[in-house]
Amino acid sequence: MAEAFNFELVAPERLLVSDEAIEVVVPGTEGQFGVMKGHAPLMSTIRPGILKVRRPNGNVDEYFVRGGFAEAGAEALTVLAEQAIPVKDLNAEDIRSQIQDAEEDVKDAKNDEAKQAAETLLSQLREVETALKAS
Amino acid sequence: MASLKDLRNRIASVKATQKITKAMQMVAAAKLRRAQEAAEAARPYAERMETVLANLAVAYEGREDAPALLKGTGGDQIHLLVVATAERGLCGAFNTSIAKLARDHARRLIADGKTVKILCVGKKGYDVLKRELSQNIIDTVELRSVKQIGFKHAHEIGARVLKMFDDGEFDVCTLFYSRFKSVISQVPTEQQLIPAVFEKDEAAESVVYEYEPGEDEILSDLLPRNISVQIFRALLENVAGEMGAKMTAMDNATRNAGEMIDKLTITYNRQRQAQITKELIEIISGAEAL
Repeated sequence: MAEAFNFELVAPERLLVSDEAIEVVVPGTEGQFGVMKGHAPLMSTIRPGILKVRRPNGNVDEYFVRGGFAEAGAEALTVLAEQAIPVKDLNAEDIRSQIQDAEEDVKDAKNDEAKQAAETLLSQLREVETALKAS
Repeated sequence: MASLKDLRNRIASVKATQKITKAMQMVAAAKLRRAQEAAEAARPYAERMETVLANLAVAYEGREDAPALLKGTGGDQIHLLVVATAERGLCGAFNTSIAKLARDHARRLIADGKTVKILCVGKKGYDVLKRELSQNIIDTVELRSVKQIGFKHAHEIGARVLKMFDDGEFDVCTLFYSRFKSVISQVPTEQQLIPAVFEKDEAAESVVYEYEPGEDEILSDLLPRNISVQIFRALLENVAGEMGAKMTAMDNATRNAGEMIDKLTITYNRQRQAQITKELIEIISGAEAL
């Protein structure tokens, strides 16, 4: 049995989770990564996606996170997300409206750089949508 | 000398006022609790953000290639003041003290020959500042219809400030708000947003982090976010402070109204008695004359 470590999920409005976890899977900008106790110090930005938390009692909680970063240490993991919603409270509407916003951003983008950023965001959001549908 | 009827009317009207101030005080007290909770809930995020950025910023100290948000544009000719106040009055000196701090700052800058631009968040600050600095005010953001301030409101303001910065419309950005110290004490505060200033934490742990993606990317991702986060925090502290100030102000008003009612009642009773005595004398002396 793996050991537990402290996990905190913080959104600007409130502290969502501050509890023990066995393993947390974070959607990092450069790919998903799992964090367990004793992880090397790591700082990573996150992309829109699903964050999975495995609790000591075996339950797995899922959260939709968007924008922000994760800070992992040997004893603790802190995820600061601009938006964090438990997946069970998340409805398809939210994601769809975000996708719509992103689509508009792609259209409105003035230069290539902004357009590329908006497109990346859009594709990431679409991924989340399909992932949610599948589950 | 006011007649008995006048006195009665005045007492009734002061009582009505007292009822209103009392109700406002209770509403403020209820809202204060919620606002305080919101402000406290937002603290961990802002604090974490600051620690992480401070750690990152140290690495960039004095370097030429530091992001503009960190080292500034190099000039300090044009100043942007973001003045966050409440949307409503009747909260004592709360709005005035924030506006005053901003005004003094603006005066000082103007005296030094700098250009000052002001972005008002909240109507009350605009009302105070427009008297003297109306030509400096570029816009007002109204949050009047907003019931609960969410991160997206702060983010909109933040995005706007960033856009202006990218367009080279100012060199230094300072945020004015009121820090919520306790229910009876709110401290008007100024905080420099751009270039970002971090308190140096000497005891900062010297853990070497692995960065993913690179430090540069993380920093350039986080600095703009930090602006919104700081504005968000300021707005929440403001709401809590406003409610605290309103509660105190309304408490005072209720007490004053009570004193006034007491005084008026005494005058009223004296006059009533005097009138009765006068009528008695008239009857008695009338009877004696017969």
